Amino acid sequence: MQRYSVMSLARNALSHHEGWQQAWRSPDPKPEYDAIIVGGGGHGLATAYYLAKEHGITNVAVVEAGWIGGGNTGRNTTVVRSNYLFPESAAFYDFSLKLFENMSRDLNFNIMLRQAGMLMLMHSRHDAEVMRRNINAMHMNGVDAEWIDTDEIIGMAPGINCNPDARHPIVGGILQKRGGVARHDGVAWAYARAADALGVDIIQQCAVTGFDIKDGRVQGVQTSRGNIKAKKVAIAVAGHSSVLADMAGFRLPVTSMALQACVTEPLKPVFDVVIMSAATGVYISQSDKGEMVIGGGLDLYPSYAQRGNIGTLEQIVAGILDLFPGLSRVKLMRQWAGIVDIVHDSTPILGHTPVDGIYINCGFGTGGFKATSGGGWTLAYTVANDRPHKMNEAFTLKRFETGAFIDEMGAAGISH
Amino acid sequence: MKITCPWCGERGEEEFIHGGPSNVERPADEKNSDDEISDAQWAEYLFMRENIKGVSCERWGHIHGCGQWFNMVRDSVSHQIHFIYKMGEQPPEGWEDVNE
Repeated sequence: MQRYSVMSLARNALSHHEGWQQAWRSPDPKPEYDAIIVGGGGHGLATAYYLAKEHGITNVAVVEAGWIGGGNTGRNTTVVRSNYLFPESAAFYDFSLKLFENMSRDLNFNIMLRQAGMLMLMHSRHDAEVMRRNINAMHMNGVDAEWIDTDEIIGMAPGINCNPDARHPIVGGILQKRGGVARHDGVAWAYARAADALGVDIIQQCAVTGFDIKDGRVQGVQTSRGNIKAKKVAIAVAGHSSVLADMAGFRLPVTSMALQACVTEPLKPVFDVVIMSAATGVYISQSDKGEMVIGGGLDLYPSYAQRGNIGTLEQIVAGILDLFPGLSRVKLMRQWAGIVDIVHDSTPILGHTPVDGIYINCGFGTGGFKATSGGGWTLAYTVANDRPHKMNEAFTLKRFETGAFIDEMGAAGISH
Repeated sequence: MKITCPWCGERGEEEFIHGGPSNVERPADEKNSDDEISDAQWAEYLFMRENIKGVSCERWGHIHGCGQWFNMVRDSVSHQIHFIYKMGEQPPEGWEDVNE
């Protein structure tokens, strides 16, 4: 792998930037691999990278139906944070955040991490009481969180409507200073490049059409570019998890929904924190290019259409204007949707499936990007050792039988 | 999207709620009491879903209207509504092939 550095930039500038290598190869699929990852999004690529780096399994293929990072990895709002309530979630998401904190160095790729903080707004005395409890829970779990009063919020986010007569008056907020944003495409490219350098084959435009299963054990995958053998297959396809599960003959407790986001035209720098408001159901950050990046809640019904619904978009925009009335004349530039995999307890499914040798990473719902690193790391561990790591042992499919749910949606008020 | 409630006629989609697939059968019946159903069977019934990409039968409720529930044959990719039929009725024959 050609290392990226100030020196390499200067050296390539002298040759008019014509000497840069391809960041990763585009090989044809081999007849057999030790492990196949289905899905070339952030989670799939991270799984391949950690399989190679942490477990020495380098004879690995990532097969992607479209292009890498073209699904939810390229459609999210780039937020990273770990402000969860329950110990299992806090441990997992904080581990993910720590991997993000070291990712640029580890992968030799600038993922443009900006830890300017994640601010959750409180709009009533009841919100505030619940969130004070959450702060204590986060401290108990070793996650940073602090109470922010209205004056501080005005300082951090000029233009925010802190008028006590507002429809949703702001009474305070929780700040996780280590939260922030990272470049989502960069994360996919960084993992792809680093995995490729360790010998992983990244095969794009290669759709999985079925699985070869014998006596309840996977033997390989059927793809649009021929059959590929592998004793271990990991699925990381977010909203299409049920489609892949159906090919392998099992069902998942997942519902696919459209989640929208949009960006405005670029503005001069206004604020650098990510601001989330559960009461208005929206969140907003400003990208490095100056666009206001806006996200909201799910569309109203299950969907596999990556479009998004105008009614939901209208509500999201209304929520943002409630918080920032000054944005009312700013034009929306783009709007899009990704298909997310919703489970009942807003906690991912990471581990074994009913088919031996097939492992799955799904159920991240609306919050998958921040877990790209941890999702990949724990899935790689599970694939390599055929057992879950301590961090994902509570995230198995078994919890739907035992009832050991981790109901983050109800507990943390996070808009999943 | 406009949805035609079998009782009220065509209304905006904001008045409706999606209520999951139509064809989920409770495992306990006259033959099997609740106690005889295993945790795995309950999990299948309560949580596991086909989550179909394409045409499927769904329950919808006109919650901000008449409050009645009904069934819909809808495509989850194009969002096209092919058939609407009342609770207790069967979907029209050939509903699975509407896209062909």
